[in-house]
Amino acid sequence: MDVLKKVPVREQDAKERATNFEEVCLGYNKEEAMEEAARCINCKNAQCVKGCPVSINIPGFIEKVKEGDMESAYQIISESSALPAVCGRVCPQESQCEGKCIRGIKGEAISIGKLERFVADWASENNIKPQGAEEKNGKKVAVIGSGPAGLTCAGDLAKLGYDVTIFEALHEAGGVLVYGIPEFRLPKTKVVAKEIENVKSLGVKIETNVIVGKSVTIDELMDEEGFDAVFIGSGAGLPKFMGIPGEQANGVFSANEYLTRSNLMKAFDENSTTPIMRGKKVAVVGGGNVAMDAARTALRLGAEVHIVYRRSEEELPARVEEVHHAKEEGIIFDLLTNPVEILTDDQGWVNGIKCIKMELGEPDASGRRRPVEVPGSEFVIEVDTVIMSLGTSPNPLISSTTEGLEVNKWKCIVADEKFGKTTKEGVYAGGDAVTGAATVILAMGAGRAGARGIDEYLKNK
Amino acid sequence: MYKILEAKELTSNIYLMVVEAKRVAKACYPGQFIIVRTDENSERIPLTICDYDRKKGTVTIVFQIVGSGTEFMSHLKAGDAFHDFVGPLGCPSEFVKEDLAELKKKNILFVAGGVGTAPVYPQVKWLHEQGINADVIVGAKTKDLLILEKEMEAVAGNLYVTTDDGSYGRSGMVTQTITDLVNDGKTYDVCVAIGPMIMMKFVCKLTKELNIPTIVSLNPIMVDGTGMCGACRVTVGGEVKFACVDGPEFDGHLVNFDEAMQRQQIYKTAEGRAYLKAKEGDTHHGGCGHCGGEE
Repeated sequence: MDVLKKVPVREQDAKERATNFEEVCLGYNKEEAMEEAARCINCKNAQCVKGCPVSINIPGFIEKVKEGDMESAYQIISESSALPAVCGRVCPQESQCEGKCIRGIKGEAISIGKLERFVADWASENNIKPQGAEEKNGKKVAVIGSGPAGLTCAGDLAKLGYDVTIFEALHEAGGVLVYGIPEFRLPKTKVVAKEIENVKSLGVKIETNVIVGKSVTIDELMDEEGFDAVFIGSGAGLPKFMGIPGEQANGVFSANEYLTRSNLMKAFDENSTTPIMRGKKVAVVGGGNVAMDAARTALRLGAEVHIVYRRSEEELPARVEEVHHAKEEGIIFDLLTNPVEILTDDQGWVNGIKCIKMELGEPDASGRRRPVEVPGSEFVIEVDTVIMSLGTSPNPLISSTTEGLEVNKWKCIVADEKFGKTTKEGVYAGGDAVTGAATVILAMGAGRAGARGIDEYLKNK
Repeated sequence: MYKILEAKELTSNIYLMVVEAKRVAKACYPGQFIIVRTDENSERIPLTICDYDRKKGTVTIVFQIVGSGTEFMSHLKAGDAFHDFVGPLGCPSEFVKEDLAELKKKNILFVAGGVGTAPVYPQVKWLHEQGINADVIVGAKTKDLLILEKEMEAVAGNLYVTTDDGSYGRSGMVTQTITDLVNDGKTYDVCVAIGPMIMMKFVCKLTKELNIPTIVSLNPIMVDGTGMCGACRVTVGGEVKFACVDGPEFDGHLVNFDEAMQRQQIYKTAEGRAYLKAKEGDTHHGGCGHCGGEE
């Protein structure tokens, strides 16, 4: 065994998986997990924990994996994370825990994500549940949204003895884990549904089909339904478009629509009653994780897929693993390319996307080199479908119906980082609703902070 | 689960159901809509609210069979239940928030076409309850497709029924009746037109000439209904709006109807036509929402 190298993880063959929606990464088995865990040098001053937004005791759980004591490993992770099977799959570990791993200085970092995933899956297969509160404290908390922020906040509060109800706008709990991230990256029945069951097993109730701001307001929840505090984890749901000509044409979709049809409504399945456009040649505009998800979904639905991104590969915001997988599967990357117009036939259907070549100039406010147009370099890619994946912004449904809840100029709810405290008493917030579109794990971190804030508030009330 | 307390066929292919949905009934206003799913595998179907009873906690919906989803729904009976029923979605009609004294000074004309009569009804009823009697034109292709006539009569100031084929009431399109009323000396400060897209387009064309501000209610393709998917985007006055959160009601004189009608065709593909032909053979005559045939 080469201690400098990760124990390789088994994956579905790229050619085969490009035609199905089964999970790409197959994960470690027990032997592989124990072998990988043995590479951990159990640093006294563990940097990996500092890289984790929910501060999982990483050396602690890895030590238990080394010993083969998976149940203890699971309980250690559960102290900090409500959704380990999810995080092990979708966290950008390379820029968090694994990015700080001392092993990684000389050689490859420990596969912390894959180990977390193994432990969580093992617990699920062996029906090990997280430990709940011994005593209820009789105080009621409403959590808005059942995505990563809401589930984490609800789970943490339930463990502290609170009576928690999650209100979900869609017909199914899970938020972005259900409507956004595809089956081949995060299986819905095997992983997401089980993690939600775990949160419910702590005593959390989930009421679906309630749109807070429409079906009921935050003030009504507090004044009429007896909730002592509220956590808003409603996400950043509104899709952005480019504002270029032709964007209203038939065949232009937001990544949100495309992915919601495929993931939540199961349109990838021929038997689904919800339709999805099965394009022959698809352009996905954007370079984030959502763009990769949309591209790889379109590929699996039978299309030739182009990622159109205005910066270079180095700046792609997607996780390295997603870009790597996308390339393996045959996604074509048109980098340093920016759309200027969507072309249509006489019936209003997309038949091409006109782009312009870009080159990198001086660094901009984000520190990344700003792409500038190369004059006269316009060209057309023939496509029948365009998927816009340019990010999302928070939904104003809650902020516009809740008096005293301050938002910033991007319509993000103003909340402090440490406790998620908003400008309205008893109301806390976190996740994409506060930060704008970010990652699952950052939302979970904010959910934890919100739970701490609510606990402090209600303990002293 | 959301229990169905009453289910009846109003006329061929148009159904009315009264559904127990306490949160929606408590919070909804005229102009808003709900999204319903029949079972755990059904698609999400948006429907405008036809009536509601806050005390009983019920919401009434009316729908026409336009595809497999609504066909499946039509088999439900009283005592059955919907798997999901969420709302209210969209914004209430503007007049709900208007100053009542100002509103009472206005002459309001409603123009309802086909199954669009259902969303017009709660608006006329709401105004009636505030002591305002609006004129209502109800148009249908033929006598057999006319719905909610008695209910509308009870809340409207004057009710004018017209059928395209002249089989009942007046004869001709709703635009003919509008022209007749104006020629008879009637004046209107505002018009609310709800019905098939093509009807709303022509009503708006006419009311623009007549200088009557006109509100329309759009029912484009949508998935979530909360602003998330952007499928329902429409161009209003050159700006992109989401019908689910910015609407569903818009200034009809600013709506780009041609684009909106084109966007309704997205899933009416050649493939869909072929599929339905194979499945239903010669028994299929359009109106499914997928094959591109007439509704």
